[in-house]
Amino acid sequence: MTALVIAEHDNSAIKGATLNTVTAALACAGEVHVLVAGHNAAAAAQAAAQIAGVAKVIHADSAELADALAENVAAQVLALAANYSHLLFAATAAGKNVAPRVAAKLDVAQVSEITKVISADTFERPIYAGNAIATVQSLDATKVLTVRSTGFDAAVATGGSAAVETVAAAAGAGQSRFLGREVTKNDRPELTAAKIVVSGGRALGSKEQFDAVMEPLADKLGAALGASRAAVDAGYAPNDLQVGQTGKIVAPQLYVAVGISGAIQHLAGMKDSKVIVAINKDPEAPIFSVADYGLEADLFVAVPELVGAL
Amino acid sequence: MKVLVPVKRVVDYNVKVRVKSDGTGMDIANVKMSMNPFDEIAVEEAVRLKEKGVVTEVIAVSCGDAKCQETLRTAMAIGADRAILVQTDAELQPLAVAKLLKALVDKEQPGLIILGKQAIDDDANQTGQMLAALADLPQGTFASKVEVLGESVQVTREVDGGLETLSLSLPAVITTDLRLNEPRYVTLPNIMKAKKKPLDTFTPQDLGVDVSARLKTLKVSEPPQRGAGIKVPDVATLVEKLKNVAKVL
Repeated sequence: MTALVIAEHDNSAIKGATLNTVTAALACAGEVHVLVAGHNAAAAAQAAAQIAGVAKVIHADSAELADALAENVAAQVLALAANYSHLLFAATAAGKNVAPRVAAKLDVAQVSEITKVISADTFERPIYAGNAIATVQSLDATKVLTVRSTGFDAAVATGGSAAVETVAAAAGAGQSRFLGREVTKNDRPELTAAKIVVSGGRALGSKEQFDAVMEPLADKLGAALGASRAAVDAGYAPNDLQVGQTGKIVAPQLYVAVGISGAIQHLAGMKDSKVIVAINKDPEAPIFSVADYGLEADLFVAVPELVGAL
Repeated sequence: MKVLVPVKRVVDYNVKVRVKSDGTGMDIANVKMSMNPFDEIAVEEAVRLKEKGVVTEVIAVSCGDAKCQETLRTAMAIGADRAILVQTDAELQPLAVAKLLKALVDKEQPGLIILGKQAIDDDANQTGQMLAALADLPQGTFASKVEVLGESVQVTREVDGGLETLSLSLPAVITTDLRLNEPRYVTLPNIMKAKKKPLDTFTPQDLGVDVSARLKTLKVSEPPQRGAGIKVPDVATLVEKLKNVAKVL
């Protein structure tokens, strides 16, 4: 059995979530190949070849694959699918976009956001916003999976020496066009990969206060900055900082929740963190029921004091 | 053009559901059910397109048991013109729903299909993409802005790291993200009016679709519980605990 991991990359480097997906793939099958589909992505293919445990890198290059449009990437994966028992995507916005399209074309069910591989056809995945864990068995010949990165360790990015095989790019569907991208500027560690995450909620009160209170704390800890949905909806933080069921799922060593009440949708995104700290002035806030260390205090006093004490 | 809006009846998002003690599933007998929140956003967007004059008819669809009629009535109270129920007591997985919807797309020939990005019960995030694949249509997933421009639709999508904008040829499949719009409250007069709107019922057999499950759920269990934490009296104690007890700083 051979597994194919569809790499997420920016044409020059492989994104972190792909490394966790490789680990999941190694648990599914004896041999793991990585597909790098993009435009002028030779550097990303070389980087994929360095990942420990990868036996072969398949590189498909064409202008149609430049912006990872679902229709075109799915066509590329389908052109290769017959050789593989497992097709694995990272459960990122990009992976979730393409994987079901591939599965439907193959007429197989897809297993979303697996957190554990029990055997080659049996997987664990969270349902109901993480309130339950389902163990599911796929009855299909090809397993199409998306992998929740926090469920698997990252494969080592160096030391491998896989061969890079170039394949002809599949023709795109021509039904969609990429118009533009608006990237949120962020000099901090990536949210899903950070060792420490500090998140702010609605209690911050405004964008100015969110920045003034949370940024020094994030900088002091070398942490990624996150936010609750309430803070994002109120415009205090951009939406790609949202932690929760409908945002990013994180599992850092330390998660500091500031002014976040702890709705179940938020807890679904962070409750696998190793140590959780909650700073909230409401003693009844549900966040305290999952926090290892709770500080019942006014965040506008406590956070600057914390920055000073670090 | 017509818009098709698939909606799902799920456990209300405010309900804390529990795992059945025998591990066969979730205990959802006698809990409050509602329309999946992402689907409400989809209905709202379809109705707004109709109010703008871009769309002529909004058709709500639901697949499942007879009680899904309530969900369809809610969609019609928001502003859908008519509804279709694909009635079955079988467990429906996303691939089966996508196939049922594909059959209805063939029948109704909508210009747009707007779905929620995921249902809050199975958290699969698959049906829209699968429907797009089966019907050979382009897809605009996780949409936070939708603009119909003649023969194409411009969709702004929420992706990791920011936003991206695509242009899709029509017909197309769109799935909604939370920030697409704020669904309106349904008013009593509209609930009364919705009762008079047409609701057709089909079975999967009528549509020629095999809905048998392709994934077998072996068991459902409680997630590992976190140990009880402690409250600290002040910042100094917190820092001391993080440095010396948890050793994360």
